[in-house]
Amino acid sequence: MALELPENVVVSKLDALANWCRKNSLWPMPFATACCGIELMATGASKHDLARFGAEVFRFSPRQCDLMIVAGRVVMKMLPVLQRIWQQMHEPKWCISMGACASTGGVFDTYSVVQGIDRFIPVDMYVPGCPPRPEQLIQAIIDLQDKIQREGTLSGREFETDARQQMKRALVEMPQLTMLDSARNPTF
Amino acid sequence: MFALPAVLNKFPGTTTSEFRGQTRVVVPAALCWDLLRTLKEEHEFDLLADVTCVDYLNYRDATDRYGMAYNVVRTSDNVRLIVRTFLNDPEPTIPTTTTLWLGADWMEREVYDMFGITFAGHPDHRRILCPDEFVAYPLRKDYPLQGRGERHNFPVLTRREA
Repeated sequence: MALELPENVVVSKLDALANWCRKNSLWPMPFATACCGIELMATGASKHDLARFGAEVFRFSPRQCDLMIVAGRVVMKMLPVLQRIWQQMHEPKWCISMGACASTGGVFDTYSVVQGIDRFIPVDMYVPGCPPRPEQLIQAIIDLQDKIQREGTLSGREFETDARQQMKRALVEMPQLTMLDSARNPTF
Repeated sequence: MFALPAVLNKFPGTTTSEFRGQTRVVVPAALCWDLLRTLKEEHEFDLLADVTCVDYLNYRDATDRYGMAYNVVRTSDNVRLIVRTFLNDPEPTIPTTTTLWLGADWMEREVYDMFGITFAGHPDHRRILCPDEFVAYPLRKDYPLQGRGERHNFPVLTRREA
């Protein structure tokens, strides 16, 4: 039986509708620790105008945010802070690792700098560059929006897949990592 | 300028040298605090510009391990002196200079944090940059550049857990 619909009614899936709402109102949490933070500010400022993509509402409280942008190197003293902020953010949430340092440690291959935040928190999008241009960050946000639209669900079960739970390979394969056994129980 | 040799007469074992206009005084560790006190109280060296340290492990011709460096300035006529003294393992200890210049507080804490030099009598003797749980002294030459795994020693948060 064909159902007559008025012309101003659009039929969609609930997931797609939720994704559309979510992707167009990302609220970034700026975790800016270094020069990438300057580019992050430029991205939000008038010239590049992140508001065009619906992600301009930077909030410094993790309770109000759903997109963490880690911009800059993260040292071992900062990582527990980063993890706590990540845990405080509400689901659904995403993370962009901005720049070489946040993604890999960059040139700072030293005792104190974490060699990529993706070893310890989930990351959805990586932005290369040292620091990246604002256009690159905007591209990452657009890509993330596409990703949310493509695979997002209302219940957030896309975060529950086994592929999303895997530990970073580099961390498992670390040769000198005899301390990994105590990784669940952080002591120095 | 002031008469440096006259000052140093009271401190046996000191040597001075000059390089590119910088005067350096090397003083035995036991006399270091007293020399700094004399410089401050009798010769108006009112500013302690820097306290730092060098680890001379495996350094050519080095006889001692840790070289402390105090950079003192007399601001009235801009005279600058580098006071050096040498310390050794197992317990490199030197009296604190916070009793002379309050500004030495954080600089000595940094030297303690990075080199493990103990400053006897320091009012707040703890690490300043590294986490409190940290046990190594990272700027010592026998500490590996990439650390001993401290940068990897964290719980891994997965999507399910957070």
